[in-house]
Amino acid sequence: MEKNGILEIKGLKVSFSTYGGRVKAVRDVSLEIGEGECVAIVGESGCGKSVTAKSVMGLIPKSCVEGGEIIFQGKDLLKYTEKQMQGVRGDDISMIFQDPMTSLNPTMTVGRQIAEVLVKHQRLSKQDALKKAEEYLGLVGIANPEKRVKEYPNSLSGGMRQRVMIAIAMCCNPKLLIADEPTTALDVTIQAQILELMKELQKKFNTSIILITHDLGVVANMAERVLVFYAGKVVENGPTRSVFYQPRHPYTRGLLKSMPKLNAEGKEELVSIEGAPPDLFAPPEGCAFAARCEYAMNICHKQQPPFIGVGENHCAACWLNMREVPDELRPEWMKSEHVTLDDIK
Amino acid sequence: MGRYVLKRCVIAVVTVLVLVTIIFVLVRLLPGDPFTSEKTNEAIKEKMMAYYGLDKPLIEQWFTYVKNLLRGDLGVSLKYPGRTVNSVIAQTFPFSASLGARSLILALIVGLFLGTLAAQHAGKALDYICVLIAVIGVSMPDFIIGTLLQLVFAIKLRWLPAGQWISFKYTILPVFALSLYTLSLVTRLMRSSMMEVINQDYIMTAKAKGLSKFEIIWRHEIRNAILPIVTTMGPLTAAVLTGTFVLEKIYAVPGMGKFYVQSINDLDYTMVLGMTSFYGVFLVTANLIVDVLYGFIDPRIKLEGGSGKRKKNKPEIGVKMEGGAADGK
Repeated sequence: MEKNGILEIKGLKVSFSTYGGRVKAVRDVSLEIGEGECVAIVGESGCGKSVTAKSVMGLIPKSCVEGGEIIFQGKDLLKYTEKQMQGVRGDDISMIFQDPMTSLNPTMTVGRQIAEVLVKHQRLSKQDALKKAEEYLGLVGIANPEKRVKEYPNSLSGGMRQRVMIAIAMCCNPKLLIADEPTTALDVTIQAQILELMKELQKKFNTSIILITHDLGVVANMAERVLVFYAGKVVENGPTRSVFYQPRHPYTRGLLKSMPKLNAEGKEELVSIEGAPPDLFAPPEGCAFAARCEYAMNICHKQQPPFIGVGENHCAACWLNMREVPDELRPEWMKSEHVTLDDIK
Repeated sequence: MGRYVLKRCVIAVVTVLVLVTIIFVLVRLLPGDPFTSEKTNEAIKEKMMAYYGLDKPLIEQWFTYVKNLLRGDLGVSLKYPGRTVNSVIAQTFPFSASLGARSLILALIVGLFLGTLAAQHAGKALDYICVLIAVIGVSMPDFIIGTLLQLVFAIKLRWLPAGQWISFKYTILPVFALSLYTLSLVTRLMRSSMMEVINQDYIMTAKAKGLSKFEIIWRHEIRNAILPIVTTMGPLTAAVLTGTFVLEKIYAVPGMGKFYVQSINDLDYTMVLGMTSFYGVFLVTANLIVDVLYGFIDPRIKLEGGSGKRKKNKPEIGVKMEGGAADGK
């Protein structure tokens, strides 16, 4: 399934100056997204998911980006001026944020908030833009759009506000949509509707989506490919099915194992990954996960593992995948060719 | 909405009546009476008291006063025979109002601008300069600023006149001196309010839309940051008004201040009462306008009378207003 690449990030490094020193939030991240593809980025809080996304949007001060390239449609966005970036944001690349309750301006009607983007990027007149905004409100599934355009966000529910956010993001038919935990703040029934809507619009406009989440259920539902982030790095990258059924990194397996099971009987304890992520002020020399990894070998503490291909389009940054590693060191789940989700538990 | 405004109007009238009653009693509790200072004997004094009706029972005097007050008649001055309080106010208030309004407008424009500027450059030199201006303005009493400005610009540099109120040139120094305190207050409020807004999620949304810095500030930040400032407008008006008393004296502006202060020294009962009720009505109205205005500016607050909805929203403004009013006075 070869697709034309729309976005390619090469060796992105981002760090922030704080009173405690420089936090290395993103350490050498590379990824690729094809046209019309939906890629999920998963990982725990503070692993650099959002920072990577915001770097693509240019929402992070330039001084924080230490290196790398963000190539969008053949051009490096990091070399763009602020003015040029303004032309890209909201037009070619747009973003949906986590909390719809606070992401809309409370003193502006939703109609104007959508129209604003159209006026900016499509040079429509205010009246035309408002008409179009009404159309888009209908498109994202809001009833009575002609009434709703004139309302303020406070009279809309969380799910409706997220629909408005999607309308804002989609109204210029962007090539790439970055959804930063779009359903985290919504209740479960609404989550499904919002995801359904995103899928539908993705098909309609052939938009690529970067879906940032820590909900693996959402990933399974939406994404064709998964990138697992850990401590500012990509640790595993592969098709959703193959990553879910044959994880090749102990961290990925840890994530999958810690998913609560619906059919769990009695008082089964929730599984968690022992320990805490490393200090990003001074990241460890070797594999960042080594300290928490039950299979860690000597080399894991000393040297950064390279990306090792483990299957079709599937690679993982773990020394255990090296052919040279004796089989007895490798855990059971890594050996078998076809592990099913039930076996993971 | 209509019911809410009506209710507030009734409360306003009651407030003014309570104010008048308190002043009515307090002014009579002061030692002496309006005629003692005159070179008069007991007989003449008694005759004067009888002439002005001051010998009648207090409750009757009060009823007469309130009855006249409701008709808009503030009575005659005890000190300047033949002059009514209404005529004194009519003559002097335009000067005070002009001074006050100009100062308030200047304070708002400059204050909002400086506050926005400071917040946009938080932690940088420009921010510190704005904060410094605000700190100086808040901590220096107006009579010091007033005399300092006079000394520098009128006496030493001779750029501007030192007193009186004749043409625009004459208004510059008093207006600036009077506005400095309010201006500083607005700057500080706007700065902190703006800093809060800048970190809101919807500003990130605005950036993600590809809007320019100016569009974000103008359309998204100022509108939201200005809301808390509106609530303080009532108390700010009060601060400007009380400031006029002192500055009118320093700059020889023929406003109400002089008569007000003088009338207290003279125990000119009707004049004190008249001017106090006038100011009272003025301030209560200012607060009322601000309250109603707030409902228009902030769509989250619906001013509905009687319904349960209002009760849910109202305490929020009520608390803010009262807290602010206490600061202003």
